[in-house]
Amino acid sequence: MIVEEPSSTTGAPPRETFVINLGPQHPATHGVLRVKMTMDGEYVVRAEPVVGYIHRMQEKMGENRTYAQFLPNTSRIDYLSAMTYTHAFVGAVERAAKLQIPPRVEYIRVITSELNRISSHLVWWGAFLMDLGGFTPMLYAFDDREKILDLLEGITGSRLTYSYYRIGGLYNDVDDAFVQGTREFVKQMRPRLKMYRDLVTDNIIFRKRLIGIGPISKEMCRKYGATGPVIRGSGIPYDVRRVEPYSAYPDFDFVIPTFEEGDSMARYLVHMEEIVQSLRIIEQALDKLPDGPVMAEKVPRVLKLPPGDYCYAVEAARGRFAVRIVSDNKEIPYRVKLRTPCLSNLSLFEEASQGMLLPDALALMGSLDLVIPDIDR
Amino acid sequence: MASFSKPLSAWWPEPLRLVLFLVGVLAFVGLNAAYLVWVERKGAGRFQRRPGPTEAGWAGLLQPIADAIKLMTKQLIVPAGADSTLFRLAPLLMMSPALMSLAVIPFGESLAARSINVGLLMIFAFGSINVMAIMLGGWSSRNKYAIISAARVVSQNVAYEIPMLLVVITMIMVTGTMNLNEIVAQQAGAFWNWNLFKVWINPLMPVTFLVFYICMLAETNRAPFDMAEAESELVAGAYTEYAGMGFGVFFMAEYANILLGCALATVLFLGGWQSPIGILPGVFWFLVKMYFLIFTVVWIRWTFPRTQFYGLLNLSWKILIPVSLVALILSSAMMKLLRA
Repeated sequence: MIVEEPSSTTGAPPRETFVINLGPQHPATHGVLRVKMTMDGEYVVRAEPVVGYIHRMQEKMGENRTYAQFLPNTSRIDYLSAMTYTHAFVGAVERAAKLQIPPRVEYIRVITSELNRISSHLVWWGAFLMDLGGFTPMLYAFDDREKILDLLEGITGSRLTYSYYRIGGLYNDVDDAFVQGTREFVKQMRPRLKMYRDLVTDNIIFRKRLIGIGPISKEMCRKYGATGPVIRGSGIPYDVRRVEPYSAYPDFDFVIPTFEEGDSMARYLVHMEEIVQSLRIIEQALDKLPDGPVMAEKVPRVLKLPPGDYCYAVEAARGRFAVRIVSDNKEIPYRVKLRTPCLSNLSLFEEASQGMLLPDALALMGSLDLVIPDIDR
Repeated sequence: MASFSKPLSAWWPEPLRLVLFLVGVLAFVGLNAAYLVWVERKGAGRFQRRPGPTEAGWAGLLQPIADAIKLMTKQLIVPAGADSTLFRLAPLLMMSPALMSLAVIPFGESLAARSINVGLLMIFAFGSINVMAIMLGGWSSRNKYAIISAARVVSQNVAYEIPMLLVVITMIMVTGTMNLNEIVAQQAGAFWNWNLFKVWINPLMPVTFLVFYICMLAETNRAPFDMAEAESELVAGAYTEYAGMGFGVFFMAEYANILLGCALATVLFLGGWQSPIGILPGVFWFLVKMYFLIFTVVWIRWTFPRTQFYGLLNLSWKILIPVSLVALILSSAMMKLLRA
């Protein structure tokens, strides 16, 4: 459903326009993203994202550090889903070094990654509502996220940038307190999701602001390489956990939520449904959690990858994150390429926001779930 | 020499009474504007499962004073290229109409600064200066966000003044007077005599109250209609360039306007100072009703997200104006039939 709104950008000859700089410091951009907006009144004629304000040369840093030294950097690219990013990096190294990963490690990686996905989606949920002018949900989301952070802090010692996965295994094993706590969290989270639905999803103002607003077509997703909730909100069931199965994901029964509409509401619903699916995965993984070591045997102290080109992709909270390592048989990689989802997701904003009203364009930007350090890395 | 022949008390207490009342109104508005911020923050805290301000004073009660000192010690910055006269004038233009309008609000049976026959008219006459103030503030600060906000405010307030005035006309028809004191006096007795529940005179009374309440939210630029401020879109809207007490006065005026709106709703629909059960003085009941309405305003702000701008205009032009027009026509027809 597309609401037809009178647009001064269609039909009539272009009138006087002006430029506003949305950012690098602006409450709607959640960080140092700058969007140069050419406006005709409140209509967006052209929105040009300007990136690079928080560029930290992560890829270049990868080229002059050993694999183990670069590992903590991966947590700092998308700080909201640090687990999955570390997963991609260790996955690429493990694939290159042909390490046999114990099943317990893979299961714990799945559990912690999914917990991290939920916490990331909760932050997005709160921040998105804040973009729409509702402040209270943010605090509720942080309340639930706090429980996840406490759980993860218990096993990793860190609350945001975990660096929990190590090449060949994990930093340490999970304890009973974590397993029990996670089970309790899953039990508590389901009624909370119902409350979220009552409080926000069914709110008439909220629905009016999202339904039919900011449609992104399948073609546009393909053209810009959008992944994650954005592409699934446009009706393409692309999820790395399904299309390039990795880790222990093939062992679990879960659904890839997709919505055909492609509007902001579809992307919202994908996020919410993914929380439900992540809870399902966590439950199954906890039930089947095998015993065993949490570190692969024979991980060399000085890691030199055989020459070649290795890639490992994961489904991060925001889409496909892939690490490509080119090795020339030295301790440090020849090249580390990080394929981050937010840059691709942002790049479609210019086309998608054309002719929209400013508040709708910002709602669209919010629904893309951007993390700025992930764009710039 | 005629005036000297009268006893002194006969002619000078009237000006004294006036001055006392005006000082009282000023103090009341000032205190409320400061402490409604505290109520808002405390309320927001409770809605968001956090304690709100706790540090300054008991339960953070000194927080408004700390805020006021902070705002007053800050430099008033007039941006380069801004129209400095209008820029400085705008906050005052926003604050003063609210203060003046409160002079006709009857807080108790004999507790009104001025009981004039066109009180209701006066409130709406002053009330429409608000739009001008925000527009001037936004326009003179030479900031693109502020100008967008100013344009929004004008179209929003124009759109919402129409249904509000239509509702008020309905009320004037029902009550037959524009004197607020008389309007309250007509609602004497138990609570079903309040205009809100007088369905035998006009079955659409609750609807008109709802329209009035929504328009009041929109007129005071409160969430979910806070287009003028819209933090996540326009930074701080028309107030973006204001610093220190310039912003402080805007902020206080927002609460003064909420106070006025809720006081007016109390007078028009909730029986003003009339007690529903016949005990305790009228002032008490007036304040209870008014603060209850203010609480609902805070409640709504922290529950709903912001509407879209065109959604807001659609609501006004497609729903509120037709509804209030129908209410106006129906109630005039009803009254014609009932009185005939």
